[in-house]
Amino acid sequence: MNAAFLEGFLEAAMLVLVLGSALCLYRIARGPSAPDRTVAIDILGTLMVAFCSVMALWPHAQADGKVVRFQEYFMIVAIAWALTSFIGTLALAKYLEGRSYDA
Amino acid sequence: MLDTIAYWIFGVGLAFDLLGCIGLVRLPDVYNRAQAATKCVTLGTCMILLATALFGVGRDWPMFVKAMICAAFVLLTSPVGAHAVCRGAYLGGVPLADISVEDVFVDRAEAIRNE
Repeated sequence: MNAAFLEGFLEAAMLVLVLGSALCLYRIARGPSAPDRTVAIDILGTLMVAFCSVMALWPHAQADGKVVRFQEYFMIVAIAWALTSFIGTLALAKYLEGRSYDA
Repeated sequence: MLDTIAYWIFGVGLAFDLLGCIGLVRLPDVYNRAQAATKCVTLGTCMILLATALFGVGRDWPMFVKAMICAAFVLLTSPVGAHAVCRGAYLGGVPLADISVEDVFVDRAEAIRNE
């Protein structure tokens, strides 16, 4: 596997994920009701897991371009982020249930 | 061969992620946004994690195991979270979009509120 090609691919992937996060941030800033913002925060957390897996794939290469290892400790960050994001979403959902929206 | 498959899975997952985020911005009410964004982004992130696991095969087995654990966790928790948020939004009284044609849960939501 070519390390230079993998790095270029991961940079393009980061660009796409940043674009998606920007759309989520737009919905968080704009969202007319609180559940809109909660959904966008949930989606942003899932996108951060994808970010962590992109970071985990960043290669350490030898001089001839052969990949020798990745940065697998970022996957631990991804697992922890998925867990905390889920708990936060559940807490926000329970908060939304008890509130009335008399317009 | 395995690397080529992993690159393709990664790319398709990225496309799903981006389309889910576009749906989050473009659709008219919170229920549409939640279903579009949750389904697309869950599948896309799971594909990205699967590609990460495939890159680790033969090179980095700990990364393979952790990526598979993370994919299973995202697949289990993300729909549950979105369902909880939609239930909270409906019970909280967030209205449907104007172009909606039918709302079949009115009585049921009223019963749950009066419990």
